Amino acid sequence: MKVVITGVSGYVARRVAEVLVRDGHQVFGIDHRPWPDAPPGVQMHRVDVRKRPAEDIFRTHTPDAVIHMATVTYVSASREKRYRLNLGGTRAVWNYCDRYGVEQAIFVGRHTVYGAAPDAPLYRGEDEPLLAGSTFPNLADLVAADLYAGNAIWRLPKVRTAVLRIVYSLGPSRRGTLANFLQGPRVPLVMGYDPLFQFIHEHDTADAIAAALYSQLRGVYNVTGPQPIPLSLLAKASGKTPVPIPEPFFPSFLGRFGFSRLPKASINHVKYPVVLDGSTFANETGFKPMFDEVQTMDAYRWS
Amino acid sequence: MWKYLTDAAVSERLNHVDIPFNTYGIDHFGISREHVGTFYSGLKLLYENYFRVITTGVENVPDTGRAMLIGNHSGGLPMDAMMTIAAVFFEKEPPRHTMGMVEKFAQKLPFVSQWSCRIGQLTGLPEHAVAMLKAERLLMVFPEGARGTGKLYKDRYKLVRFGTGFMRIALQTKSPIVPFGFVGGEEALPTIYHAKTLAKLFRAPYWPVPPYLVPIPLPVQCRLVFGEPMYFEGDGTESDQIIDSYVAQVRDRIAALVDEGRVARRETE
Repeated sequence: MKVVITGVSGYVARRVAEVLVRDGHQVFGIDHRPWPDAPPGVQMHRVDVRKRPAEDIFRTHTPDAVIHMATVTYVSASREKRYRLNLGGTRAVWNYCDRYGVEQAIFVGRHTVYGAAPDAPLYRGEDEPLLAGSTFPNLADLVAADLYAGNAIWRLPKVRTAVLRIVYSLGPSRRGTLANFLQGPRVPLVMGYDPLFQFIHEHDTADAIAAALYSQLRGVYNVTGPQPIPLSLLAKASGKTPVPIPEPFFPSFLGRFGFSRLPKASINHVKYPVVLDGSTFANETGFKPMFDEVQTMDAYRWS
Repeated sequence: MWKYLTDAAVSERLNHVDIPFNTYGIDHFGISREHVGTFYSGLKLLYENYFRVITTGVENVPDTGRAMLIGNHSGGLPMDAMMTIAAVFFEKEPPRHTMGMVEKFAQKLPFVSQWSCRIGQLTGLPEHAVAMLKAERLLMVFPEGARGTGKLYKDRYKLVRFGTGFMRIALQTKSPIVPFGFVGGEEALPTIYHAKTLAKLFRAPYWPVPPYLVPIPLPVQCRLVFGEPMYFEGDGTESDQIIDSYVAQVRDRIAALVDEGRVARRETE
């Protein structure tokens, strides 16, 4: 199978590419960032996914599947860039899929789009509304991208589209939204709140994405790993000191005194949980995480 | 720090309780062994020494598997809920942990939000009820809700309107219903007035004011009577009329258990 992976230079995406090559598939990587030691079997193209050279890859190689991982968060990109890449990029990729007969397209999204709210249930199903646009406005572009990819399911019926909402990845790369939150010596908690955090080992993330491809999924799926644990415990088990800060002072501590830098609006996501039910995905793909929550935190801590 | 606040007997019982703790002592609903230990140690004092609760019929609570404990609600603060949780933990062999649901407003309050989840009392949502029952836990529901705890002293032991959501969930998940009656809550915290401004301030449904002003329950002896499990036919898609008739049966049974408790209390006095 010929598979295009956009955003292939990201850590998890590289891992997905390696898994697919191992399984005997041909991978075309698209990313403006380099991947210097890409394994043979991965054909790297350093282009912008929205530009003409990217379309030419689809035209000349006619891939069977696309895994779209070229989305960015507030951690690494400005607001303008996020809208350009997350919305413009997603639109471009699904247009190529439709035009050049790609059978399967997978949108790799994030579980935070559900948004953290006090009255939201634990173990949210795929039918739950996406609240992040209001609970954490910095994620509004990702919510829009998720829904945009989702509407391709009926808009472009020839392309088999799957939208994955994957929980935080954690592991030896020490990259990603959660790792970024845990990076300082101290982890900020809002005093009196200790939400459950749900995460998955980054190797399991890559395996789950590959499983979605092999199972020919169509639809929207939550992807989860081991059981969630409270944030304070996650901080402690990762070798950090959790520090409860009274809510009125919380924003002024961010980025200071060894606390990681976070947007002010993130406070809801430090107070309330976003915990998903990933059973539909597990049933349809047979995916089971290799690493439990303890191994995942150890992998992060001791890398 | 928590381990110093945990009673040795509680700690021993926690080894046999029906919560699948992971290596860190957390289960998948976020129940923490440490927090539960501290919680039950505090409850033990209240249950044995403060309210001196007399419990009968605890054998009607199933030893394993899902079940719904349905009872009357009273007493301004949910002391009846706490005492029911304590009774099932301390009187049953092996002990079982009762999960309940708290008013949505409580999740916005600091510490309450953190503690309620750590001791297995989740936000009051039908999704949570179904999830807990599917995980084969004991779920306690007060169909009177805040209408029940908020009732005034002059209306004591009158059951107010029952919600019907619990019955549909029981049918949908094929869970037996264990009715119970709690006696003493009304006398422990006799509410004579609702302070509306204070309630608004805390976004609470009501703020109970007893004759002695501070809403702290008095050390009144309480009685808890569990009835035999009730089973209903259906899958939760029945018409409101059928569901209402089922709910009425549960309500009548609870009213009878409350009366039983009140008679027993009169006889011992």
